[in-house]
Amino acid sequence: MKTLAELAKIRDEAKGKIDLRGKKGTRIVVGMATCGIAAGARPVLLSLVEEVKKRNLNDVEVVQTGCIGVCRLEPIVEIYEENGEKVTYVEMTPEKARKVIADHIVNGKVVSEYTIGANA
Amino acid sequence: MELYRSHVLICGGTGCTSSGSDLVEERFNEEIKKNGLEKEVKIIRTGCFGLCEVGPVVVVYPEGSFYAHVKPEDAKTITEEHLLKGRIVRDLLYYESLEEASDQVKSINEVDFYQKQMRVALRNCGVIDPENIEEYIAMDGYAALGKVLTEMSPADVINHIKQSGLRGRGGGGFPTGVKWSFAAGAKNDQKYMICNADEGDPGAFMDRSVLEGDPHAIIEAMAIAGYAIGASQGFVYIRAEYPIAVQRLEIAIAQAKENGLLGKDIFGTGFDFDLEIRLGAGAFVCGEETALLQSIEGYRGMPRPKPPFPANKGLWQKPTIINNVETLANIPQIILKGAEWFSSIGTEKSKGTKVFALGGKINNTGLIEIPMGTTLREVIYDIGGGIPNGKKFKAVQTGGPSGGCITYEHLDQPIDYDNLIALGSMMGSGGMIVMDEDNCMVDIARFFLDFTVDESCGKCTPCREGTKRMLEMLEKITSGRGEEGDIEKLEKLAYTIKDSALCGLGQTAPNPVISTIRYFRDEYEAHINDKKCPAGVCKNLLTYYITDACIGCTKCARNCPVDCISGEVKKLHVIDAEKCIKCGACMEACPVNAIIKK
Repeated sequence: MKTLAELAKIRDEAKGKIDLRGKKGTRIVVGMATCGIAAGARPVLLSLVEEVKKRNLNDVEVVQTGCIGVCRLEPIVEIYEENGEKVTYVEMTPEKARKVIADHIVNGKVVSEYTIGANA
Repeated sequence: MELYRSHVLICGGTGCTSSGSDLVEERFNEEIKKNGLEKEVKIIRTGCFGLCEVGPVVVVYPEGSFYAHVKPEDAKTITEEHLLKGRIVRDLLYYESLEEASDQVKSINEVDFYQKQMRVALRNCGVIDPENIEEYIAMDGYAALGKVLTEMSPADVINHIKQSGLRGRGGGGFPTGVKWSFAAGAKNDQKYMICNADEGDPGAFMDRSVLEGDPHAIIEAMAIAGYAIGASQGFVYIRAEYPIAVQRLEIAIAQAKENGLLGKDIFGTGFDFDLEIRLGAGAFVCGEETALLQSIEGYRGMPRPKPPFPANKGLWQKPTIINNVETLANIPQIILKGAEWFSSIGTEKSKGTKVFALGGKINNTGLIEIPMGTTLREVIYDIGGGIPNGKKFKAVQTGGPSGGCITYEHLDQPIDYDNLIALGSMMGSGGMIVMDEDNCMVDIARFFLDFTVDESCGKCTPCREGTKRMLEMLEKITSGRGEEGDIEKLEKLAYTIKDSALCGLGQTAPNPVISTIRYFRDEYEAHINDKKCPAGVCKNLLTYYITDACIGCTKCARNCPVDCISGEVKKLHVIDAEKCIKCGACMEACPVNAIIKK
């Protein structure tokens, strides 16, 4: 290593690998009970993780939870904002998940057609 | 690009490793593979989390779930439930992270043990993988070295450290910046920078944990110090008894060299700094700086008189600075966050934080870091979780074999260098041994003297002969042969040794005796005059009795290793005091607490 710029570059790259261990703002919760997994929650979860990493969304965490209750609408993804507000997306797919990250998380626009309100 | 969604941090400190975290890690790897989660979940071996009492410790992020006492078989449960299905395994959590009333799960950072702490020296311990330089760099590692080399002159660095008010954490508390300025001012073609990792106080393990959990911080700090004083070569003197710390340090040094952070022309500034490890054989006296220098040079570790001080004539007669591990761990943070930030923490004359190894009769045995000026009460009751089994607090021993006791009446005194000395103890390296009503203070003094006698190098008479005579007197008292006037003799000898011994070890060796006599003279008197040990520790002064509460269950008689208990079934049993070896087995066996010792 010969310059400070090189050090900064390593730091920025490595930060992405450990920021999982810090405090987060927005929480994305994926229902991963038997119902969720059977309906295909795992690919949804993976695409969410991938998208968050790709876009360097350091203040977003993706976690799993158990059965949310409306098993017929699985896979379910819930987004908790820092202020406590919650949006529930249902019948998710990896494609839908990517759109939610792009529209909702990045641009702050709720994708209403995927929400539980539009599908129940 | 890695796409892990979850990190499983497994403690790899010495405490958790000895309680089996190796096997836990192995099982986690198997389970992760079995469930096809290799690409989603990453296992990381970290340094010490601090709460060694509940080890092996496993923390799962992003939730920050704090699992305690994790057994190898729990890896299966945690993987299948938490990692696969996202259900935190409540039964395995650290008891305090589950709030009964609201059924809320707290993350590791929210439990009391960590809430009251302030982690500067330990900031990366339990957070990063110590064997991965990238993780250290991600936590702003080596940025301080970069800043120092490109923006600051050596004099700037020394002034900065002086302004921060940092004092040596190894025991004496000498201002670090001032020490550096002595070596910087000495003119010579070669100077040396040494890290003293010869931690030897019984019960102290903070230096070990820093090296195990964050070895790069020490390397970075040593390079900074080398730049400030003009040294191009550094040595870490560490005891061979710390194999994990040595191994991690070796890995870290190799990584730093590979990345050009040690060696020639660091950051293209023309500054050269190289680092080597020197293993010590574990003699306590080698923590004394002149003895340490002898040991590195290949001679028997014995102190020599000062002056000349090592800053002028040290290793191979060259100007040398010796700093303790914890002192160094603070340096990069002071450079990055500023001297004002550091000096805003702590008390008027003791700045920053201090790491303590909490041990003895305390619920949360472990490693803590607190701002200077925190009271003993906060440490023992808020962070330490109080005394186990509802026993009464008696005293705290700080400073190890060189320190003394602090008693109940001083619980609300703020902890800092000067206050501890005023109370007749000292900061030492930061061992803190808590004692309850069942500890005999004469026996404690005897224990520490036994240690010093063993570790005395034998060079000067006051230490070699004096401590031995003190130990003999203490043994005489604890075995019930004490005579009127013994306390006064002990005191006289203690002060004589203090005044005349050659090095710090000898000069402070009488402290445990002086301090226990000062606060617990009545216990000494009870041993000598009444031939009684009030705490019920000294065997020769005890007799076991069976009271009328005995139900004649015969358990005591069956457990006695020397068959000295007689009696018929369902009738009162009797102990033959002549034959009794006072092992206490009967007392433990008795279901109705009918056996007492007096």
